[in-house]
Amino acid sequence: MNNLIILPILIPLITGVVLIFFTKNIMAQRWISAISALLTIIASFMLAHQVYRNGIQTMDLSNWEAPYGITLVSDMLSALLVLTTSIIAFAALFYSFKSIGEARERFFYYPVVNFLIVGVNGAFTTGDIFNLFVFFEVMLMSSYVLIVLGGTKIQLRESIKYILVNVISSALFVIAVAYLYSVVGTLNMAHISVRLSEIGSAGIITVIAVLFLIVFGLKGAIFPLYFWLPGSYYAPPAPVMALFGALLTKVGVYSITRTYTLFFYHDVGYTHQLLQTLAVMTIIAGVIGALAYTDIKKIIIYNIIVAVGVILFGVSILTPESLTGSIFYLIHDMNIKATLFLLIGIIIVITGTSDLEKISGLINRYPALGWTFFIATAALAGIPPLSGFAGKLMVVRSGFETENYIGAFVVLMSSLLVLFSVMRIFIRGFWGTPRAYKNEERAPVKWLLVAPAILTVFAVLYGFGTEAIYPVISTAAETLANPEIYINAVLKE
Amino acid sequence: MKTNDVILQTVTKFVLFVIILFSIHLFFAGHYYPGGGFIGGLMTSGAIVLLLLAFDIKTVKMILPFDYIKVVAVGLLIAIGTGAGALFFNMPFLTHAYTYAYLPLLGKTSLHTAVLFDTGVFLVVIGVTMTIIQTIGESE
Amino acid sequence: MEILMAFLIGILFMTATYLMLSKSLLRIIIGTGLLSHGAHLLLLTMGGLKRGAAPLLGEHAPSYADPLPQALILTAIVISFGVTAFFLVVAYRAYQELGTDNMDHLRGKEGHE
Repeated sequence: MNNLIILPILIPLITGVVLIFFTKNIMAQRWISAISALLTIIASFMLAHQVYRNGIQTMDLSNWEAPYGITLVSDMLSALLVLTTSIIAFAALFYSFKSIGEARERFFYYPVVNFLIVGVNGAFTTGDIFNLFVFFEVMLMSSYVLIVLGGTKIQLRESIKYILVNVISSALFVIAVAYLYSVVGTLNMAHISVRLSEIGSAGIITVIAVLFLIVFGLKGAIFPLYFWLPGSYYAPPAPVMALFGALLTKVGVYSITRTYTLFFYHDVGYTHQLLQTLAVMTIIAGVIGALAYTDIKKIIIYNIIVAVGVILFGVSILTPESLTGSIFYLIHDMNIKATLFLLIGIIIVITGTSDLEKISGLINRYPALGWTFFIATAALAGIPPLSGFAGKLMVVRSGFETENYIGAFVVLMSSLLVLFSVMRIFIRGFWGTPRAYKNEERAPVKWLLVAPAILTVFAVLYGFGTEAIYPVISTAAETLANPEIYINAVLKE
Repeated sequence: MKTNDVILQTVTKFVLFVIILFSIHLFFAGHYYPGGGFIGGLMTSGAIVLLLLAFDIKTVKMILPFDYIKVVAVGLLIAIGTGAGALFFNMPFLTHAYTYAYLPLLGKTSLHTAVLFDTGVFLVVIGVTMTIIQTIGESE
Repeated sequence: MEILMAFLIGILFMTATYLMLSKSLLRIIIGTGLLSHGAHLLLLTMGGLKRGAAPLLGEHAPSYADPLPQALILTAIVISFGVTAFFLVVAYRAYQELGTDNMDHLRGKEGHE
């Protein structure tokens, strides 16, 4: 029993509620949300530290013992993801202070962001499949509000599609849970794993596994199910895009990783092969999108899809090394996507457009912005020694070792094309003849640059400190590769 | 079009209290019998909606001058506070405590912290339902 | 009983799919409502439909009902209630702002107004 686990969920929840009382007082809202975000970072750091020192931490909500009540479980992967989420949330909030606009701030922007963090941290932490659904819904409800907040025409139009897709996928989630419950008669994920290994490989379990893949694939944007993402993520302003791009799809990816390593590992020949094929297709589709557009938002949005593919390719191989690589890449990608969205947010604030054809010569006036962007793009593509390198290296190497040549080759090629797609923004947007833009004078560029600069520093440190972080990440991968560790920690046999 | 709603208004004045009393009964019946904060809250908001139908938004606002979003927030605070209270006694989040007490008039009564949690739920349900109905109703 | 429920759920899903494929926004929302009703009934059925006493401490009965599916669908109903309400409000706002509830007119070209 460890009450520290609940804090990264509880602090944003209480903050969100308290902030509702301060809708009129914007300064108070900013201060309260900044302080609570800092507290969340501290709590999740302490949690990660404790998990690293003492192994998996669990907590039985309302003191009902493990398979009967809802259990919160924090293994190394969850703790790391919660920590990353808290840091990104702080950066996005800090960025919002000067960019989101007073109208949104009055209309519950900060409370809703806090509720979003509750959902994301909860989904990463919970050890109960139905509770996962509940936290998914908390997260989705907040994202509905965030996507429509502001009420411009494009936002209203896209939010309807976004809500519709997610309502359907939530219904599918309930159906999948229902099937699973009828087979195993339990909801605790560790207990499900025990019951499923008693049953072994049966046809119905494969069906359930694929159904879960569809549900989480819709949220995580894998190959045939990513169609909603480019339109929906295009609509909201930059800090919201950063939160969405960095967190929402990653919750889907995390859920696939968790379910496909913890309990759907009996029919690997079918389920994981399917996952692998889809992952490779996802990479290809994402790269095509990233190359095809000349809109900077779209380019980064399609890069989310590429990253999802790379992470899931690592998961589908299911060796300790590939899982280590996937986790490395997952954390890197959350960080770097938030950075890039915040940076292109600044470009849009300066130029008033996201069309690459209308932007050029930014580096003359904004050298700091230019070079931060350059480092971030290099990290995204995985240029050593920056942060994307180690994860991709491990994923590719284990791909070749397990003779998945096509997949590994596609991952390698994707790095090159990803680099090309984002370098295009740098070359065409930052080089060339400087232009005058009408919003230029009013843009608080210095303030806005603080948050992405800090995240870029993290990306660099993450790359250079790979050696130091490696034991932490490999602990996380070890838990994924050996479900018994997780099961024993939860059920305390 | 002005409709004649004397009957509706007169009936509402009586029925309103019956509904609210029944919703309070449902609220307290929870935990051991069917009922609880959610269903009680829905029933109470049903009563308020009836009031809205019989009269109009302005009158109802005069009778019940609440900002319903604040009601949601208060309810959430009570519910979360009850859950978080357990943390101070080094018990897991949401652990609930109970005791039996001999109260005047009621005799042997069981007292639960779950009632506090349910009060929170009750307020949240009223707040959310009324916010939704007001949002759609107001702009017409 | 389970067979009957399976038919009912199938009909609900069928109707929901038909409604969601139509062009009117309101029909689509009703479709999502029916879809979640179907999913909730499925959840209830999958837990097994059986008679039995309430599984409370101190109750003695030859068989007990499974309380979990009921708790689950209560949660799911509350969530879908909230989502549907929000969806309706957004749809109403969109209708006011965009002046149409026809999905064909809501298509929009690649992020332009």
